[in-house]
Amino acid sequence: MSDAARGSAGAEKLVGIVLVSHSAAVAASVAELAAGLAGGGTTAPVAPAGGIEGGGFGTSAELISAAAASVDRGAGVAVLTDLGSAVLTVKTLLAEGDELPARTRLVDAPFVEGAVAAVVTASAGADLAAVEAAASEAYAYRKV
Amino acid sequence: MLDADFFRRWMAATAASVDREAERLTALDSPIGDADHGSNLQRGFTAVAAALEKEAPDTPGAVLTLAGRQLISTVGGASGPLYGTLLRRTGKALGDAADVSEEQLTHALRTGVEAVMQLGGAAPGDKTMIDALVPAVDALGESFAAGRAAAEEGALATTPLQARKGRASYLGERSIGHQDPGATSSALLLAALAEAADE
Repeated sequence: MSDAARGSAGAEKLVGIVLVSHSAAVAASVAELAAGLAGGGTTAPVAPAGGIEGGGFGTSAELISAAAASVDRGAGVAVLTDLGSAVLTVKTLLAEGDELPARTRLVDAPFVEGAVAAVVTASAGADLAAVEAAASEAYAYRKV
Repeated sequence: MLDADFFRRWMAATAASVDREAERLTALDSPIGDADHGSNLQRGFTAVAAALEKEAPDTPGAVLTLAGRQLISTVGGASGPLYGTLLRRTGKALGDAADVSEEQLTHALRTGVEAVMQLGGAAPGDKTMIDALVPAVDALGESFAAGRAAAEEGALATTPLQARKGRASYLGERSIGHQDPGATSSALLLAALAEAADE
């Protein structure tokens, strides 16, 4: 990340990131990991929405809505999910229209690698489209 | 004509039936799913019954829209957004009329089923709730009893299918030989509709 990008981050509204997993522990840990790897300086707001209210594996529409509202700084919110009901619940909330902040997008990305890419990019002050592109590109990082 | 009371009876009958059948739904969900379909729907429809009692919506559309919203909020599994979308879209398609005809309900349900197909990406034959809902909506033009029978047949016919959507699809050929839990709960929804019409 360039110093210029870092410098601009403080002055601009940052894109918020929401991480939705069936597991509260997975969502919280991936949020912590992504924020940690984004390094010092200004870090984009990240909120986990894991599990169902009261504990247990699953997806909670309420936790997702609350997490999205908590990271909305007016620059849009990128939502990354693991699978199944997490994807379907976010899609449903987007279709309802009034459940999530105005510029909220479900980003098609691998959960861990995409979260790191999204948080690093958003922390540099990138706009929602650039954050989405960086997270989706994480699908292309081959490991062998 | 069908008024808000009819739709409240439908939702109450669904809640009662999901309560009775919760163990069977979860048992069906054990070999090919994550063994939570019965308890998830039980939690959802219990919340639906409570919300309908508390907020007393007074049109057919409002009853189904509120019920769908509750399912999206409370189920916690994929059946929440799927059934929630089915009821909400059906409710929205009914608008704010004080009562609706059977034809209007059938048409609105078709809109709801199409929204579910779009959300989940499932088509007939994928071993999902769609395999009960599509034939049921086709048969509803005839009668509520025909809708119930078609949904039940559709659910039974999922047994030899290989799952192509949802968690069961990870099992590949091993999903063959099990009746789909989602198609089974959809048959309960249609049976409850026929029950509400009989009362």
